[in-house]
Amino acid sequence: MVNNKRAKDVFNSPGVRSLYSSLICIIIGLAVGFIVLLMLSPRNALSGFVTIIKGGFSYGGLGIASAIANSVPIIMTGLSVIFAFKTGLFNIGAAGQYTLGAFGGFLFAIVLDCPWYVCLIMATLFGAIWGAIPGIFKAFFNVNEVITSIMFNWIGLYLVNDIIYGGGTGVMYDRNYTKTYNLKVYHPSSVVPTWGLEKVFNSNTVTIAIFIAIIVAVVVWVILQKTKLGYELKSCGFNKNASRYAGISEKKSIIISMVIAGALAGLGGGLYYLSGTMQWNPQNSNSLPAQGFDGISVALLAMLNPLASVFSALLISHLAEGGGNLDPRYFSREIANLITGVIIYLCAFSLFFKNKINDILGRKDRLLALKIERESIRSMLPTDKYVESDDENAQKEEADKAKEK
Amino acid sequence: MDELNVAPETIVSNNDYIIEMREITKIFPGIIANDNITLQLKRGEIHALLGENGAGKSTLMSVLFGLYQAESGEIYKNGEKVEIKDPNDANKLGIGMVHQHFKLVDVFTVLENIILGVEPTKNGFLQKSQAREKLVELSERYMLKVDPDALVENITVGMQQRVEILKMLYRENEILIFDEPTAVLTPQEIKELMAIMVGLAQEGKSILFITHKLNEIMAVADRCTVLRKGHCMGTVDIDKTTKTELSRMMVGRDVDFIIDKAPCKVGDEMLRVEGLSVVNGHKTTVSDVSFNVRRGEIVCVAGIEGNGQSDLVYALTGLMKETGGAILYGSDRMSGGKSVGSVNGKYLHGKDTGDVVYVAKDGSNINSKFLHVGKSELNKEFCPQNDEGGHKAVSLRKINRTSIRQRNAGGISHIPEDRHKFGLVLDFPLEYNLVLQRYFEPEFCKKGILRKKNITKYANKLIVDYDIRSSLGAKSLTRSMSGGNQQKAIVAREIDKDPDLLIAVQPTRGLDVGAIEYIHKMIVRQRDNNKAVLLISLELDEVMNLSDRIYVMYEGKIVADLDPKEISVEELGLYMAGAKKMDNIGARDNPFLNEVLSIEERLNDGKLPENKRNELKKAYDSVYERFVAREHEYTRPNVREEVGNGKQ
Repeated sequence: MVNNKRAKDVFNSPGVRSLYSSLICIIIGLAVGFIVLLMLSPRNALSGFVTIIKGGFSYGGLGIASAIANSVPIIMTGLSVIFAFKTGLFNIGAAGQYTLGAFGGFLFAIVLDCPWYVCLIMATLFGAIWGAIPGIFKAFFNVNEVITSIMFNWIGLYLVNDIIYGGGTGVMYDRNYTKTYNLKVYHPSSVVPTWGLEKVFNSNTVTIAIFIAIIVAVVVWVILQKTKLGYELKSCGFNKNASRYAGISEKKSIIISMVIAGALAGLGGGLYYLSGTMQWNPQNSNSLPAQGFDGISVALLAMLNPLASVFSALLISHLAEGGGNLDPRYFSREIANLITGVIIYLCAFSLFFKNKINDILGRKDRLLALKIERESIRSMLPTDKYVESDDENAQKEEADKAKEK
Repeated sequence: MDELNVAPETIVSNNDYIIEMREITKIFPGIIANDNITLQLKRGEIHALLGENGAGKSTLMSVLFGLYQAESGEIYKNGEKVEIKDPNDANKLGIGMVHQHFKLVDVFTVLENIILGVEPTKNGFLQKSQAREKLVELSERYMLKVDPDALVENITVGMQQRVEILKMLYRENEILIFDEPTAVLTPQEIKELMAIMVGLAQEGKSILFITHKLNEIMAVADRCTVLRKGHCMGTVDIDKTTKTELSRMMVGRDVDFIIDKAPCKVGDEMLRVEGLSVVNGHKTTVSDVSFNVRRGEIVCVAGIEGNGQSDLVYALTGLMKETGGAILYGSDRMSGGKSVGSVNGKYLHGKDTGDVVYVAKDGSNINSKFLHVGKSELNKEFCPQNDEGGHKAVSLRKINRTSIRQRNAGGISHIPEDRHKFGLVLDFPLEYNLVLQRYFEPEFCKKGILRKKNITKYANKLIVDYDIRSSLGAKSLTRSMSGGNQQKAIVAREIDKDPDLLIAVQPTRGLDVGAIEYIHKMIVRQRDNNKAVLLISLELDEVMNLSDRIYVMYEGKIVADLDPKEISVEELGLYMAGAKKMDNIGARDNPFLNEVLSIEERLNDGKLPENKRNELKKAYDSVYERFVAREHEYTRPNVREEVGNGKQ
């Protein structure tokens, strides 16, 4: 009996209600994807849909490994977006910070031949600096962080491309492959270790980066939930006037928040490119790395919960993997992006779903509140004519109860 | 289901009633805003709707106005059932509403505002002349004086309200809802409004009058429906009831209207404001304001909204930078700022700036000496360890440059005017809001980690001590709480800090009688504990009941310094409206003080070149001489204060 009740409480908790609404978004998103597949090629729709659902599981360990490896950078950019959002800032500059992070990693790996952890720290630092600049502009000159960080995305991208390419003679540029030097070949000590994970997945793409990402997600959650810093940052995000009234420096909070957001995105760039399987192509990169913007999707799907961002990143990466496995004769791989897009779009309505769920699950609570409210009124009533009628009510209520029983 | 106090025979459909709301129930998640409420409005009557905050008055009116849909219940007009799905339906049925915060376009003229939404047009062009005729006719018929061509931003609040009323009349509404219309008006304007309402009723309009001011109900209403916690407590005829009975119906117990106060025992000076000015945007909102607050007294700054009181408080609490003048503060909890001294409420200043200057409180025998002696001499003669004639040292600090946090920690509490803007982070749980200025203290935070158990424990203590009600206790989302309980939470937080100076700005705005009584008691208790209280209020009753001294602020200046025992409410109203002024008020103790202070500040700037420094020093010496001379000859014009000090 007791256990039963406790289990009920778990299903009724606000966190689980958010989860329900996320699930509804995902199901509707998949349904829309299926309709699109049907319209494109009715005969192959079902098999295509299964391929997408199977996603990373299609090719055993290899697919899973790839899905996990690709989820790492978007977990980090997702956390970056979440962190800024909690302070009331929209960090659309995660792409730029991610790029700078990747650059910091390359610089210390290829040029200075540092061990992988030093490279990761430097990647974090580079990202932090790139995040700090829009923060400073916002804090001291009240320049909208969205505008500055979009501009700094492009400034960062071309700066990094230019330095790496260096007119074809850049120190990090491998002319034979028109990319940065392959870290696994030239600088194995700078590659994030796998600690035997390659045997588990039968693939060399998964490194301990995923564990680092999960640990960072937990740390972010702790900072936001448990610390003084989190209290100050959230307070500024919710109500900057009240924060000022409480003596919290808004400028400081904005800058700290952007520095940490930048650091998270930068670490994401580092983790992705230091796993050794990907190289940077400075000539081909005239678009910003998609991981930066996927971070926004991850954050929204996770409903700004740092811990949930791990799962939402895995889901998005899983679906993208499935999209890649589609038969290109009938479908393009972007169908997966379309599904993700619909899911994210629906997330905007998540509050609506949440309210509906609350409505359904909360009816009992409301009836309870009604009863408590009535009882408290009865206790407040003075000993005069009002009591009489209320006693009648009490009798009626009791009669109602008896009927129910 | 419940049928509180609704006798069965009254539910018979009846054409006497222009509007009937029958058994309306409206439920919000976690709360029943209206539980089976029946409201019947007769044709041509003024029907008051009375209730505490969160009693469900606004919800009920929103149901009538089509903003909310009721869970159950029906609405009848002239005995016929009607459906009101949105405000447009309400308009079609002739229901109009004057909102508490006017819905007017500031940059439009009165006429343009009135025809907004129902513009008479011909081939797409506005036909203003026709509208103007109708407006002039209406305003004459109902004695509502307005200037059709004045811009709304330039007219008084009272006239803006008349515009709102004309707007309803222009639309030929028969049922007029007034939502707390008197909150923003002066006593004179309230009287006018009451007359207008009676006139409207005589012309056959039916009026629903939402308020929690009993005096107004007794003055104009025919009948009154009382709500308490979403329940209908009954409808009474005003002729057959009393104020006491109404308040008991509303609150559920007897309420004291008059606050019991012991005579005040004034102590040391806690706050002294000298020639303070504040510029907000391009407008000087506070100009050359001087006053003081001492321990053990409640000093009230009265005035009509928008006469600079808000900016005065923002400057005192550090939320806004002042443009001139000095804020001197007397608590030894204050860590920052520059120390200065005070004798008998008179501002003193030692020549060695930046040092703590001790001076004797009983200044009679040192008046001739204090200004010239330097720190060392003062210490010898008047320091606490040396004072033999019962002299006690007092020191004031100039806190103009201290941060908000320093002021918070220094014992200044601030109950802000706008609880949603400044007072609370609505998306935080209640417990977080209760430690809003203290979360970093060792009790609540260790090595950067919040000590949630302690926070919850402390919050629960405040919740019990100050009777803050919410659905989930300390963990409730602050946004979900009722306005009255939100305000109680702020009051609890600010008073529990044990402040030396409590600055309370409209602490009871929008609250019901029970909560007002409670908050007033807390403020008086603060005073009786020998703390200083600065109260800023627009409510005349509150000003007259609570304060020991009253300053009246008008257009950024202090125009009167009054004793509540000696003046009438009417007279106070005249000062507030700017119709009367006192001389000599707000005159600074010493006109040279600010110059002395400002030159000193510049001298303290280390980067100053040597030649300029010498120049400044010369200027300083001459100003200082005049300052000293003036200080000797000067006696404060305020006789009462001298008497107050004599008693100690």
